[in-house]
Amino acid sequence: MASEDIMPFRSMNNANPAKIATNTARARLPQERSNITDEETDAIVEVDNPKITIRDLNFYYGKFRALETIGMQVAENRVTAFIGPSGCGKSTLLRCFNRIYGLYPNQRATGEIILDGVNILDKRQDLNLLRAKVGMVFQKPTPFPMSIYDNVAFGVKLYESLSRTDMSERVEWALRKAALWEEVKDKLKQTGTQLSGGQQQRLCIARAIAVKPEVVLLDEPASALDPISTAHIEELIAELKSDYTIVIVTHNMQQAARVSDYTAFMYLGRLIEFGDTNDIFTNPRRRDTEDYITGRYG
Amino acid sequence: MEKASIGHHISKQFDAELNDIRNRVLAMGLLVEQQVGDAVRALVDGDRDLAGMVIDNDHKVNAQEVALDEECTQILARRQPAAGDLRLIVAIIKTITDLERIGDQAEKVARMGQRLAETERPKNRYIEIQHLGDLVQKMLHHTVEALAGLDAEGAYNVTREDEKIDHEYEGIMRQMVTFMMEDPRSIRRSLDIVWAVRALERIGDHARNICEYVIYLVKGKDVRHIDIDKIKEAL
Repeated sequence: MASEDIMPFRSMNNANPAKIATNTARARLPQERSNITDEETDAIVEVDNPKITIRDLNFYYGKFRALETIGMQVAENRVTAFIGPSGCGKSTLLRCFNRIYGLYPNQRATGEIILDGVNILDKRQDLNLLRAKVGMVFQKPTPFPMSIYDNVAFGVKLYESLSRTDMSERVEWALRKAALWEEVKDKLKQTGTQLSGGQQQRLCIARAIAVKPEVVLLDEPASALDPISTAHIEELIAELKSDYTIVIVTHNMQQAARVSDYTAFMYLGRLIEFGDTNDIFTNPRRRDTEDYITGRYG
Repeated sequence: MEKASIGHHISKQFDAELNDIRNRVLAMGLLVEQQVGDAVRALVDGDRDLAGMVIDNDHKVNAQEVALDEECTQILARRQPAAGDLRLIVAIIKTITDLERIGDQAEKVARMGQRLAETERPKNRYIEIQHLGDLVQKMLHHTVEALAGLDAEGAYNVTREDEKIDHEYEGIMRQMVTFMMEDPRSIRRSLDIVWAVRALERIGDHARNICEYVIYLVKGKDVRHIDIDKIKEAL
């Protein structure tokens, strides 16, 4: 073992504990990294019951390549978290799943994102159908300037033709699922913008799940919220995963550790490591991952 | 094994806290080594004063265990350490428990030393206890070195030293039983020797535990309760 960098304690018999302090300033845990071959890092880590499989995904903002040969799987009815420093591409990757980047010129993706056996990056993919299947919640709560009821019903009206009773049932169902019903059931006609931050975000979640998607994308859903609201959102995510496949982008590592089953660490547009959240946070395989989650980054 | 990187946390305060904890664990290891050495010498030489000092110093070992446990708990609360840092804290929490037990065993050896000092010294002047004591001290010293250097290979090698100690211990036990059968008047003294020797054997077990924590800390693999040959594979 290369011990020069660790400053081990030689001649312990003569060691003075007070002197030890000056020697250990540079000591650091050695990492076991030798087993990862190039072939292994290029192979996709597989999960049980994949809902989405990504192969060779590259993403461009104009000429700039923001995502580089991404390959991974998203497990069904599990929470997958993307973590990484600013600019690593995690939000970019998230936005590929419902092709919302298509609203902007000069943004394009190549490769494959296979959702239930269909490559959604294909030109022939119906975007409305895709976005009914894959919902999204953003960092800043975005309630529409309309009543709470209409907020939740809005998306449903685009995709389904429901009777008044059925629509009311659906709205109540979604609000209950989002743990908001009890707080708003007597003021459904009030405008959504009057709710607190945490409530607005839950309203956005209710709106997203009202259309009964299969996948829910959450882009830093709790960043703008206080700790108690954050805890409620995290609890909600834990409940929702039994019915939906959830992908969450977060810059809060402890949040990723708390809520997710799988974690993907990204850096400079590349997927550095992907695996079981327990493994990533107790014994990551890559030095970059270890450095990031222990705060040695930078 | 790959070279260790010299990466610092962005938080210098966190770096300082971890370094402080590591230093204090090693200081506790040194103290405990000293206690074991003194206890064995006190028993072999029949030195009641030295034995008394070992017994008095045990409270220092206990105090260090309490203080270090507290500091580890605070780091867990404030820093939510992950990966290697987390394994370090967990390994330290376990290590200080074993170090404190080693301290208790050393005190036991010292107490037996006090009792034996009042009896007639045997012809061989406790050479077998000296020999066992040397093996144990060496193993303990290597253990603290492996901990200091975060040396998993070294820690593995140290676990094998426990086999020698167990072997030696069994030999002494057989001898004591023979003495007791031959001459019932020697029973009281033989029992005191048995307790002392048992305490030394237990110190070897505790040192082996600490080596297993070092392997866990460095490799991220829990090798407790596995056959010693299988540990090599795990490494």
